[in-house]
Amino acid sequence: MSVEVTERSQPDRATSETPLVRIRGLRKLFPITRGILFQKRIGDVHAVDGVDLDIFKGETMGLVGETGCGKSTLARVLMRLYEATEGSIEFEGKDITRVKGGDLRGLRREMQMIFQDPFASLNPRKTVGSIIGAPYRLHKVVPRKKIKSEVQQLMELVGLNPEHYNRYPHEFSGGQRQRIGVARSLALRPKLIVCDEPVSALDVSIQAQVLNLLEDLQEEFNLTYLFIAHDLSVVKHVSDRVAVMYLGKIVEMAVGQTLYRNPKHPYSGALLSAVPIPDPDLAAAKKRIILEGDVPSPIDPPSGCRFHPRCPNAQFPRCSDEEPELRPHHPGQVAACHFPLEDRAVIDEAAGV
Amino acid sequence: MGRYLIRRSLFLILVLFIVSLITFIIFVKLPAGDPARRAAGRTTTEANVEAARHAFGLDKPVYVQYARFAKGLIPWPGLFLNEDVYFSYANFVPVKEEIFARLPVTLTLAVGAAITWLLIGIPIGIISAVRRRSVWDRASMVFALIGVSAPVFWLAYLFLYIFWFKLQLAPSSGIPIGTSVLEAVLQGRFILPWFVLALAFAAFYARMVRGNLIETMGEDYIRTARAKGLSEKRVIYRHGLRAALTPVVTMFGLDLATLLGGAFITETVFNLPGIGQYAVRAIFNNDFPSVMGVTLFAAFFFALANLVVDIAYAFLDPRVRYT
Amino acid sequence: MAEPLLEVKNLTVHFPTDDGLVKAVDGVSFSLLPGETLGVVGESGSGKSVSFLTVMGLIDTAHAVIEGEIIFQGQDLLTLQADEMRTVRGEKISMIFQDPMTSLHPYYKVGDQIAEAVRVHQKVSKQEAHEQAVEMLRRVGIPRPDERADQYPHEFSGGMRQRAMIAMALSLNPDLLIADEPTTALDVTVQAQILDLLDRLKQEFNASIVIVTHDLGVVAEHCDHIQVMYAGKIVEAGDRRDIYYGAHHPYTWGLLSSIPRLNESDTKERLHPIRGLPPSLIFVPPGCAFHPRCPHVFDRCRTDVPELLPADGHHASRCHLSLADKERIFQEEVMARS
Repeated sequence: MSVEVTERSQPDRATSETPLVRIRGLRKLFPITRGILFQKRIGDVHAVDGVDLDIFKGETMGLVGETGCGKSTLARVLMRLYEATEGSIEFEGKDITRVKGGDLRGLRREMQMIFQDPFASLNPRKTVGSIIGAPYRLHKVVPRKKIKSEVQQLMELVGLNPEHYNRYPHEFSGGQRQRIGVARSLALRPKLIVCDEPVSALDVSIQAQVLNLLEDLQEEFNLTYLFIAHDLSVVKHVSDRVAVMYLGKIVEMAVGQTLYRNPKHPYSGALLSAVPIPDPDLAAAKKRIILEGDVPSPIDPPSGCRFHPRCPNAQFPRCSDEEPELRPHHPGQVAACHFPLEDRAVIDEAAGV
Repeated sequence: MGRYLIRRSLFLILVLFIVSLITFIIFVKLPAGDPARRAAGRTTTEANVEAARHAFGLDKPVYVQYARFAKGLIPWPGLFLNEDVYFSYANFVPVKEEIFARLPVTLTLAVGAAITWLLIGIPIGIISAVRRRSVWDRASMVFALIGVSAPVFWLAYLFLYIFWFKLQLAPSSGIPIGTSVLEAVLQGRFILPWFVLALAFAAFYARMVRGNLIETMGEDYIRTARAKGLSEKRVIYRHGLRAALTPVVTMFGLDLATLLGGAFITETVFNLPGIGQYAVRAIFNNDFPSVMGVTLFAAFFFALANLVVDIAYAFLDPRVRYT
Repeated sequence: MAEPLLEVKNLTVHFPTDDGLVKAVDGVSFSLLPGETLGVVGESGSGKSVSFLTVMGLIDTAHAVIEGEIIFQGQDLLTLQADEMRTVRGEKISMIFQDPMTSLHPYYKVGDQIAEAVRVHQKVSKQEAHEQAVEMLRRVGIPRPDERADQYPHEFSGGMRQRAMIAMALSLNPDLLIADEPTTALDVTVQAQILDLLDRLKQEFNASIVIVTHDLGVVAEHCDHIQVMYAGKIVEAGDRRDIYYGAHHPYTWGLLSSIPRLNESDTKERLHPIRGLPPSLIFVPPGCAFHPRCPHVFDRCRTDVPELLPADGHHASRCHLSLADKERIFQEEVMARS
């Protein structure tokens, strides 16, 4: 289903038919154990529970969701920081789900990650130069003598002063540290960069700088991004396509502006209505869907549609018995819901707007 | 919790097993006198020596000898440090008897010292933390440094010299035969030993309490407590200290347990007939069963203390739950 | 016009450090009317949090130089003794903080922590205080409050913890509730619930609320009156509409232009960030503190510190540009973009 959708809705920047990354049926379960001497598995945390996703070369794929939805776990499984429990991951057509050793190392040259916390993701005991240069040293792609100049070029590229080569992370501001992280990820000219909440910890005025930087770099180096965030406005700004995750599954995926104008899944609708709008009149006109309760734990997901306990649209028994599949709605949009939201246009018309 | 206890108990037995094995191997490897000969006495016949050797089972192969001792490590009445095997070569008294006879002295020394170091160390730590960088803080850190650095025997002799010899304030060391432990306490015979033993711990605890409390006072929930309008005293004691002392409780349990195995140096210098003194003598005499007995006894207490302390932690910190 | 609930006059909070004098709050004046929700917007280092921590008396006076007046219900809080301030804190003015996970004591039950707040200020029995705590938990929308009161913070989810914090803060019916980044650490859907809760409780408890945040969206949806802070000073203050539809300060323009927006706009435009970095609070730039980053800077900005003008007006800004220029630039640059 999602395959048809993604193939039908090639984003502007995609330049090839075969996706750069192809994920099928991905599941990642973390076992919960109990026992006297020998631990027995009594349950699992269903962090990622059946995800199909394609990422095309040159596009920015946005991944949005709240705590416990599995987006960070998905990213880490993709990066092979965790091993998948089930399912397959293909990179440039090759199956990378279980590669090890030298192959895995080679893969690291192609995929890199930028992390959320610019304070915690840099080793405070290493100089900036050594942090950014580490990939060169590890993969031996650049002769030792040339590493420094390469690193300084990178620093300039991300907007840092190359003369600060020998400074330590604590001497930089949050935004600058994030730039260091970006520079580090670029060192090996990867094809895919996974950005895990890269601007959430930054001040508003700095966020814009870093987002622009990421955009520029994407143009210059023909990068593909998997952009993970919980802030929908940020995701909307950077992404060509966006997927919404809830409790380990993708509940809606859409191209361009479709999701924001016309969400189909009630959760997407709630998510959108919850985002505070910096415009009092628009905020007042917003259709508000306030969800009850808290985000449930992925240890024991609800039966049927996982969202049914909190869903304002839920109808029983269908929603609690039958798990919905991702079905296409508008061109370029799929959602997994038995009773999806009405089209905005229809509502507006009915309301005489 | 039940599962957890069973698992920990099994580990306890495992620990005792490893400890006994290592102790045994050390003794087997050490070139020492022939215990059978020593037991039989200096002037004796070969036949006597052989008889002694047989009585102690020293003529059996090494692993059989070990097996005999191993039976005594199971912490079950009747088996633990049983009299057949754990029989001192030196004075022909069952090890178990000696240990239990000496236990009150060691216990009194340990508990008394523990109370002393808590009473000294914790308040110093609190004052230091609350009045950081003040004169109090610096003075107490100097005290801590001295306490931790000064060797126990040096302190012991120093105190004896000052308080007993020069000032005639403290009674002489040792416990005269016939006095019960209680009488000895009332005579003040334990005061110097308590103090000497407690000093190093007090210093260490002061530093630890200071560090923990400073860290705790920087936490967000302290700010919330103040925002509620609580008095500073309440904030420090009910909120700050409560969290800061939890790791201290863990340390305390383990330190106390260690002392129950005998405070060797203190007992020797002050001539107190405790387990520590017994152990030291046994080692010098190459009295293997005694040494093994004391070692196992200490190991058992230590492992037990570990377990108690871990369980106590679960009561103190509600976030900790054992399965 | 009603008597202001809180009037802050020329508040300065300076911290002498080894590196220099940190001017965290540098001459802040504003007033808050009863029943009003004030939004204080700023980034890190703007002085927004320190200002209100000072109002609460939570700044350690041993390490700070505090000047000015904080007049609450006619009384200058800065002249109060420590124990007098303690009676105000928690009972008349309450505060909730950013991270509910670390703001509650992990070792004590939630109900007990709320009851503690009650018993400090009121002479009630333990039983009564406990009942009040359960009632407060119910009013903030926590299901099965009697069971929940006997649980520990780690057994609550993030949203519930923040509700418990709010319950604790409101348990003594304060006249003013200060919320310091109350939703920053929460998921977006939970954020919406908490902000709605605050709106509702404000009515029920007849309290004024101050929301300190960096999120311009939150402030647009929930605040009547807004202050924008930069480098320890208020650079703009006005009603909601003034700020969003007619801002008068380049920093505010910069903030409004730099945030990605969710509302309609098909073309993926580039964001317009504010160039440069936030200033050091030790070496504050001379003249207007924002001038190194301001696209409309001129000579006077580098030497003269602008005043917050008009002094008595509803909509004031701290900028040397003329009113005509401000209005023009706002229309041309900010409105045109969004």
